Order: sequence, then structure tokens, then C-alpha cells
Amino acid sequence: MTRLLALLASANPPTTTSGDFWMPVRGSANAAAVDWLFYFIYYISLFFFALIVGLMAYFIFRYRQRSPDELGEGPSHNTPLEITWTVIPLILVIAIFWIGFTGYMKGAISPDGAYEIQVVGAKWKWMFGYPNGYIDENLHVPVDTPVRLVITSDDVIHSLFIPAFRLKKDAVPGRYTKMWFRATQPGEYQIFCAEYCGTSHSDMLAMTIVHPPGEFEKWLENAANFLDKMSPAEAGEKLFKQRGCTQCHSIDGTRIIGPTLKGAFGHEVALTTGQKVLFDEDYTRSSILNPQAQIVAGFDPVMPTYQGRLKDREISAIIEYIKTLK
Amino acid sequence: MATIDHTMPGTARPGPARQANYLNASHGLLSWLTTLDHKRIGVLYLVSTLTAFFLGGVFALLVRTELLTPTQTIMGPDTYNKMFTLHGAVMVFLFIIPSIPGAIGNFVLPIMLGAKDVAFPRLNLLSWYLYIIGALWAVASIIMGGVDTGWTFYTPYSTTTNTAVISMTFGVFILGFSSILTGVNFITTVHKLRPVEMDWFKMPLLLWALYSTAVIQILATPVLGVTMLLLIAERALGIGIFDPALGGDPILYQHFFWFYSHPAVYIMILPAMGVISEIIPVFSRKHIFGYRFIAYSSVAIAIFGFLVWAHHMFTSGMSPMATMIFSALTFSVAIPSAVKVFNWLATMYGGSIQLKTPMLWAVGFIFVFGIGGLTGLFLGALTTDVHLHDTYFIVAHFHYVMMGGSVFALIGGLFYWWPKMFGRMVEERWAQIGFWLSFVGFNVTFFSQFVLGSRGMPRRYFNYLPEFQGLHQLSTYGSYVLAIGLGLSAVALLHSLFAGRPAPDNPWGAASLEWSTSSPPPTDNFSSEPVAGDPYDYNELAWDRSVQGYVRKG
Repeated sequence: MTRLLALLASANPPTTTSGDFWMPVRGSANAAAVDWLFYFIYYISLFFFALIVGLMAYFIFRYRQRSPDELGEGPSHNTPLEITWTVIPLILVIAIFWIGFTGYMKGAISPDGAYEIQVVGAKWKWMFGYPNGYIDENLHVPVDTPVRLVITSDDVIHSLFIPAFRLKKDAVPGRYTKMWFRATQPGEYQIFCAEYCGTSHSDMLAMTIVHPPGEFEKWLENAANFLDKMSPAEAGEKLFKQRGCTQCHSIDGTRIIGPTLKGAFGHEVALTTGQKVLFDEDYTRSSILNPQAQIVAGFDPVMPTYQGRLKDREISAIIEYIKTLK
Repeated sequence: MATIDHTMPGTARPGPARQANYLNASHGLLSWLTTLDHKRIGVLYLVSTLTAFFLGGVFALLVRTELLTPTQTIMGPDTYNKMFTLHGAVMVFLFIIPSIPGAIGNFVLPIMLGAKDVAFPRLNLLSWYLYIIGALWAVASIIMGGVDTGWTFYTPYSTTTNTAVISMTFGVFILGFSSILTGVNFITTVHKLRPVEMDWFKMPLLLWALYSTAVIQILATPVLGVTMLLLIAERALGIGIFDPALGGDPILYQHFFWFYSHPAVYIMILPAMGVISEIIPVFSRKHIFGYRFIAYSSVAIAIFGFLVWAHHMFTSGMSPMATMIFSALTFSVAIPSAVKVFNWLATMYGGSIQLKTPMLWAVGFIFVFGIGGLTGLFLGALTTDVHLHDTYFIVAHFHYVMMGGSVFALIGGLFYWWPKMFGRMVEERWAQIGFWLSFVGFNVTFFSQFVLGSRGMPRRYFNYLPEFQGLHQLSTYGSYVLAIGLGLSAVALLHSLFAGRPAPDNPWGAASLEWSTSSPPPTDNFSSEPVAGDPYDYNELAWDRSVQGYVRKG
């Protein structure tokens, strides 16, 4: 017990950007403030827990029963004492509330001129939309710049969670939620989906990539022009991965939520209606834009539509990519 | 009455010869299924809720085993999602909520009042049947392919998934009525059947706790029922209430759900606190410290418990104003809980403490509930909650409160009232080994989850990052130790039914009225009208070697 306590007490409050026993790496200006409060509560808790368990253990030993006829002795109430141990915790929790509240309000209002990125969660993929219309599967941001995320969902509730920034916000269909941060260290930080959303909830991962000064703009320009710079099949592969196709369609023949696309192109597929249809350019296009119309036999009609989400040129690129999956 | 000598309060019957009691008053399965005796209904609840505990425990072990490796171990993701949903739903709705009020409350409450039964015995039996019907609906959903929504049934996931949500939520709807009827019964019984000499402040504290619980059951449960019906209506009829695709609002569902389910946390923990308030003074052989503060804190928790529901929704995009108010109100619940813990400690101060099995579980309760309560501070504070919300930190926190809190108290209470319920003493040695294994296993299982959570591991994850594997494995091994400990405790209890020493009327030296009648009590509870005194005054009780129990002096 004492060794456990010593181990816990050795977890020091934040001084560096690297993580410690309790908390992961600190990647944003907000993280240090959150960790400070975490350790403030932690030491208060440690003190009271040691007090309670220490007294309890001492009483059990000191006042152990020696004969079954022995009676305990002591007061059955003491109003000043009871008021004391009501008021002291009250003061402490008010302090904890206040620190948490003021910190939260700082995070609730983003600074003017923050760089805005649109975030869409969908089963089971994050899509990050930049001001020039480019959409990426990862969150790329410039270092030391306030970034504001406007978050929504295409289907069920998701939650964007960046542990290194100590931030989390639900992605709610039909609503926009907002959060902002200022990344302080270039690097890559994990993004999780924190609100349960079904089969591949735990695979709904992405990365935050914090670019060093001056490099974010270059990256964005380069990334946004991928349709001009890559061959259609390469661009299609990029889109296939970015827009969440891989979550349901394998390219190696394994069956996941949707039919595999390996060797599918150019062959006939059986539909739930009993009909057969040739998997060609037209079928691919209609399946992307109107996925519920022709469902392959043996699969559920769960694919969302990409109407308005993919441009014609992008659909053509994806078709070229699917053709290469032999 | 010729047998008056044998039934005088505090007089134990030497030898194994058993007199008429509620267990042998009539025989056969039908006599149990049609019984109006609150004690038998309590036993029915005990058997059925412990069966649910076993079922939920099996699901828990399957979930933990799956998490031994970062990818698939023994089941696929869809099965895993159903397992944790069933674990949560069965444990919350079929086990923890009905267990202490239904089993211990039903058995003890009327006897503590010196009454023959609850106010409405037929309603009492009806509430057990509603429990069984609701439980069968819930279990039927497993046969119909399971439910994969999590026990919270969040929309729009729950209205769009193709699993048996309607069956499960309809089961929860019926279970709610069972809970409401028990609440109505307890409130009426405390008001109407309390003897004249027992004023409110001479009631055992368990009754304050059960009364406060009953108030929550009556006021909060209807909201859950309505919410479940709206969910079913949306799924079955396509009426847009929660699903934005139909013009509804998914956050509204969360408000409705937590308006019940947060107070439900207090339905789970308040009776547990009542049980602890009975056990601690008896095994310290000292008057409870600060009776009024403990009694009022039960009422305070019941009231504050209604005002904090939205602290489950700090990251949902609620307005900052609402977020601030609910954070502040949340901390108000911390105070009455802290007051209770300090009062229990002060009761032990200067006592004559005997670490029998019920006391071990009670002391274990203070240990784990201390951790559960203190970690709540991290979650009431806004900025730390934003980081910890929906991670394993939350999972650890509520298991420390519900499993470590409510279940430790239930088991402690079971060992405490077992001699009264079944007239047999439990073998201390095996029961104590069972406690220590459970205690160590519990802490290994769930403490490691605090660390997982603060380091960023989200909950309800089938796959996880390899860096979390060590702590996940530790947690899983802990859960196996916990299961062995609980199994050993169950064996100790069952063994006593066949080979246990016959229990004296008052083996622990308690002063509340249930210990002044025989063990087990006769059908009418008392052979002569009991006189209620201070339930925590042990001065009049003396140890009698010949009966291995306590008897009234003089």
C-alpha cells in the first residue's frame, strides 16, 4: 500500500511537454492548464484518501475488539466538528469548480481570426475540410496558430478527441459544435473517436499533424492539387483512403461491411433483388451517388451517399483506381 | 402461547431443532410464487438479481478477455459491442438498481419498523413479477440477436442500428414500473407502519436511505419510461423526436436519458450507504456518529441528484452557461457523500472493532468508495472532464462507485443479514478469503483503467493502440481474481445453508428490531409486539457464550 502511494506520489506535475505517469504528451497551450488542474485535484484526493484510509487502518488496529462484551466509547455527535468537515470540502470543491470553469470559458471562445477547418465525422472516418475546399483524412495545422474546428456528423454522434491537446467535442448530426486550440509543438498526435458509433468505432482514428512555421501553407497547396499532379488511378487511391471507402470495402478480398473491390470491376454481381448487373463505370458511379439503389446480395444497405461530396473528376479517378484492383 | 419462552426477543434456541419460521411455513414452488410475505419476496428478488449479476459478470469476463490483445482475441467487433452493451444493461437495470431495495430492503424494512409486512403486500409481489417480465424482455433481446448500442441507447445510433433495441428498451420500460411500485410501497410503509414510539430520528439509517431512494424511484423512473417509449415510437413508427434525419434532436434524448439515469446512480448508491451505516456501528459496538448529518445527507443526495444530470454531456455542445451551472451543481453532491464517510470514520473512533466478514466489506466499501468519490472531482471540473470524458477514466470511476460501492455494500449486507434470512452462520475463513481476493482483484481491474483513461484510451473500443496493452492485460487478470473472489464468497454463503451452524437471534449484537426476533423470523415477523428503542444503543446487549450471540441484559 505504501509502495503504491509512493509510486503515485512520484508522478510529478507538468513541467515539460513530454507526458508523465498519468497524462500523455502535451501538444497545445491548453494542455498545461488542464494538467495543472488535474494534479491540483490529484494531490487533494491523495491527501484525503491517505487521511481516510490511514485513520481507518489505525482505528481498526487501535480499537480492535478484545472481548465480545467490550463496548465502544466516544461521542455520538459533535456539531462543530461535523460542520468543519462539511465546510472544508465545500471550500475545496468551490475552488476546483472555479479553476475548471474559468479554464473552460477560455477554451469556449476562439480568438478572432482563428484558422477555420470544417470537420465531418461519418461511420467510420474523419474528414477535415480546408478553406480552399480540399478535404483530407488527417488534421493538418500550422504550429503556434489558433485553429478553430467546426464539427458535425453525417450519421450518428461521434466525438473528436485529441488527447495531446486535452480536447474533445461531440460531432452531432444536424448541429455544428466548435472547439479551438493552439498547437505548440510540431509533430503528430493521435485523434480518436470517443463516442461509440458501431462496428468500427475503435478504428475511427486519424492524426493531427502540426507543421513547423511556414510549411503548412506549402503542404496545403501541394495536397489540394493532387488531381493535377497525380495519375487518375493514384489520385483515386488517395481519395479512396481519404473519404472512408476503406472502412467498408477491402482491396484484398476479405469481406468486411461492404463487398470487396478486389477483382470486382468488369464482372457481374448479384443484387439483393435477384437481378444481376455488370460492375462497370456506370454501376460504380451510381453506387457512389445513390448507394441504396442496387445493393449487392448478402450485404446491408448501410452506405451513405456521396452526392455533393465528390466531384465528377474525383469519381472518375476512383473508378480508375478500382480498375487497378485485380 | 406455549412457546413464548423460545420466542422472547433475544432468547436463542439451543440445538438444531427449528421452530416455525417463514421458510418452513409452507412448501412447494407455488407457495413461493404466490407468496405475499415480504421476506419471501425479498428472497425471490435476491435469487433473481444475483442470477442477473452472474449473467452480467459472464459478459464482463468475455469483454475483458477480448481486450487481452489490441486486435481480435476471441470475438469479432459486432459481438464485442453486444457484449459490453449486455453487460451494462444487465448490471444496471437487472442487478444493481433492484438488488438492494428489492432483496435487502424488502426483507429488512418492515422488520426494522416492527411491522408484519409492507403496506401493500400484493403490490409487492406484482413488482417482483414486473421485474421478471421486464428481465425476460431484456434477455429475449439476446436471443433476438443482441443489442449493440451501449446501455445508454444514444440516438440516432439506437434508432438506426439493426439490432433488437425495441425488445431491450421495452424490457427497461417494464422494469421501471417494478422500481416505481417498490418505491410507493416503501414510502407508504415507512409513513404508515412506523410504530408510535419510533419517530423519524429513531429510524435506522437504512430506512432513511431506502426512503430517499424510493422518492427518486417514484419521481425519476417515469421519465425513463417515457424516454424509452419515445425511442420505441421513433424506431417503430418513424416519428421524429430524436433523429435529426426525421427532424428530431439527438441531444434531447441525452437530456431525457440522464434526467433519470443520473438520479439512478443514487438509486444504486443510497441504499448501499444505508447498509454501511448499519454495519459500521454494530461491528464497532458504538453508537453511530452524527446520526442527523447522515440522515439529512441521504435526503440531500436525493435532492441534489436531480440537478446534475447534464454533467454527462459537457462535450455535447451544450451552451457554456448550462455547462457552468451543471458543473457547479455537480460539486454539491460531493459534500453529503464526504460527510457520510467522515461520520463512519468517527463511528469507528473509540469503538470495539471486530473485523467479521460484513465489516470487512464495509471497510472495503469506504476504501473503494473513497477512490470512486474523489475521482468524481476530476469529472465535475470542466477542463479535466473534457479530457477524461468517454475514456477508461470514466469506466474506472463508475465501477469504483457502482461495483466497488453498491456491490461491496450489497455483499456486506448479505453477509450481515444472511443469518437472519436463512438462520445459518457463514464460515468466516472462506468468506474472508473471498473478500480479500475480491478486494485485490477489484482494485487491480479498475485502478489500471484510471491510468488507461487519463493517458487517452477511449471507452467501448474493440481494437486499441499497442501502447495500452500492458494495462489492459493487468486489468483483465485482475478481473479473473475478482471473479474467483466473488465465486468463493458465493460458495461460502451456499455452504452455510447446508452445513452452517444455526444462527442465534442476534449474532452481531445489533440493536435494530430485526435482531430481536428469531433467526429466521416467523411469518408474522414477531411473536410479541416489539418495542423500538435507539437502534444504535448497544448498552443493553450482552454476549452469551451458550448461544454464541448477544442477548438483552436483565
